Amino acid sequence: MFKYLKQLTSLVAMVVVLFTFTTESMAAKKSKTLKNTQKKGFVRCGVSQGLPGFSNADAAGNWTGIDVDVCRAVAAAVLGDANKVKFTPLSAKERFTALTSGEIDILSRNTTWTLSRDADIGLTFVGVNFYDGQGFMVRKSSGITSTSQFKDGISACTNIGTTTELNMRDFFNSKGIKYEPVAFEKADEVVAAYDAGRCDTYTTDKSGLAAQRTKMSNPDEHIVLPETVSKEPLGPVVRQGDSVWEDIVRWSLNTMIEAEEYGITSANADMMKTSDNPAIKRLVGAEGELGAAFGLDNDWSLRIIKQVGNYGESYKRNIADTGILPDRGPNELWTKGGILYVPPAR
Amino acid sequence: MNFKLKDIVPQLITVTAVVLVFGFFTYNAQINMENRGIDFGYGFLSQESSFDVQFSLIEYDGSHSYFRAYLVGLLNTILVSVIGIIIATILGVIVGVARLSPNYLINKFAAFYVEFFRNIPLLLQIFFWYFAALRALPLPQDAEAIFGVFFLTIKGLYVPAFIWQNFSVFFYSIVAAIIAIIVIRIHAKRVQENQGKQIPVFLISIGLIFILPLLSFLIGGVGISFEVPVLKQLATTSFIYEGGVSLPPELIALTLSLSLYTATFIAECVRAGIQGVGKGQKEAAASIGLTPNQVLKLVIMPQALRIIIPPTTNQYLNLTKNSSLAAAIAYPDLVLVFAGTALMQTGKAIEIVSITMFTYLTLSISISLLMNWYNKKIAIQEK
Repeated sequence: MFKYLKQLTSLVAMVVVLFTFTTESMAAKKSKTLKNTQKKGFVRCGVSQGLPGFSNADAAGNWTGIDVDVCRAVAAAVLGDANKVKFTPLSAKERFTALTSGEIDILSRNTTWTLSRDADIGLTFVGVNFYDGQGFMVRKSSGITSTSQFKDGISACTNIGTTTELNMRDFFNSKGIKYEPVAFEKADEVVAAYDAGRCDTYTTDKSGLAAQRTKMSNPDEHIVLPETVSKEPLGPVVRQGDSVWEDIVRWSLNTMIEAEEYGITSANADMMKTSDNPAIKRLVGAEGELGAAFGLDNDWSLRIIKQVGNYGESYKRNIADTGILPDRGPNELWTKGGILYVPPAR
Repeated sequence: MNFKLKDIVPQLITVTAVVLVFGFFTYNAQINMENRGIDFGYGFLSQESSFDVQFSLIEYDGSHSYFRAYLVGLLNTILVSVIGIIIATILGVIVGVARLSPNYLINKFAAFYVEFFRNIPLLLQIFFWYFAALRALPLPQDAEAIFGVFFLTIKGLYVPAFIWQNFSVFFYSIVAAIIAIIVIRIHAKRVQENQGKQIPVFLISIGLIFILPLLSFLIGGVGISFEVPVLKQLATTSFIYEGGVSLPPELIALTLSLSLYTATFIAECVRAGIQGVGKGQKEAAASIGLTPNQVLKLVIMPQALRIIIPPTTNQYLNLTKNSSLAAAIAYPDLVLVFAGTALMQTGKAIEIVSITMFTYLTLSISISLLMNWYNKKIAIQEK
């Protein structure tokens, strides 16, 4: 009797396993990453180890920043709750391996979009959430006000594993200046060494300089030089090979930017459902079936705007109000003299 | 042939299992890399690296290849390991002997040093020497000259560079001195074995190693001059020293922390080795009329070394491997330059990590083989 029962259970178990496999593979065809994320109940997001304005954790472990908001937007879209994100702080060196090995599903860590990164190492950049450029910080007391005053023998502190290291060489070579590169693995150590006087200048993306300046023992003693020596479009990255997931992340970011363009904010999003403008109605899910293309419901974009806010809100909250870069510069909408321009959501 | 099937089957199964596991990992990595569009290959080694390195023993800049960047990192790792091993050994032997000193103060001081440095994590010590000690150093313009020519500043230690005339003559004089010493030693041994007479080999050797190079200065036309570092202003409050040789603070902090940390373990090995030689050995040696020096040199040390060498080899290996913590304080070692920057720029994670692992393995095995050879040489020659 027991013998048969045992056989029966194993048969049932096999059928169940087989069944789950078939349903799984059908969903997997859509997006394996999306399916895994929904199963886990949180978005796995790689961020920096602490860059104010972009991704920074407070004492209670709450992450804030415009890079953080991209992950929160994706969580709002696919899970319905912007707080369902697991953040993994990564050094510049670790970030791509963490993404390609599947430890995280989105890398939103002030990462520069370059050809070799996009094409070579199994990554896909989905957009730009901050237009940046490399600059130099020096001590005010040094009297240096322009990079043209740099002289042979200058020592420059920076991070390893960044485009900064390459730009720095291009810059100093083109000027014919001999320099001493001092490259650390972590940003905190770069700041500490520069602050101690180990280096004459600290070079990285200008937004990073502005943010790190707030961490110095006396921020007023340092200035960021006006010159920008490179272009650094920073944006979220996903693994190659899951185009649906790639689209979800891309359009979560685009939704935030387009929402600002149409004046939809976290406060007025619900009211916008009755707007006369079909573009606005599509963004808040009152018209069209935009979510279906990703396998999401129609309120995905509304949730992003309500829970995270539009790009302008995110920028103001994280970068302008914190005093890091009050002037939006190129990161203003194209309609207002900036270069933020996203394809239409329709 | 006299082997049984049951002896060989477990071994075969183990080997097969190992091969299968490795095969699975390789296959898995291959599939995943293919899915994500990552190429595998070592071709990148000949490409231009396009990044600069702070400190290099060979000529290097960004226009050289990734392979050369690898060599730069490797040589820097070897440099810090070799200096570290030498300092740690000298310090370790002194402290180890000091711990056995009958002098209460010396004894307790050595014990305190060992317990203190051995029980603090190495990374913390590196941070201490780099960040805490570095901050205490003066800026270049405020630095006081040590002996008028050395400058210890926050940007590094600046020492005068030697400028030689007829360096080859000086070099040959040293080689000649070493050869002469070896010949005298062999001769002295023969004299002692045949006639029982002792020649003061040590004094003669010291004399030779000083006198021959000195002669090269006096009559060989060897000259030496110093290039003293000179302060140079870059901006109102920004200075460096030019000329001479500059040792970056990263190298100093790393060497210091590695040697101070490892010396504690070597000191314990030395103490164990000396204590491991029976007291009777010393007494017996003294009773046949050997001087205290001879007791130490001919009886105690040969036996103590046999106890000291194997655990000390481990410490040398540890020091070499620990040098990879350099990345934390920007010393451009193999891990920072190759497994750091180069890995990031190329994205060739599997290739670079495997090369780096293989390199450390080779370094460790080389040290191990060298020490094993030395250990065998000083082992008891059973006849």
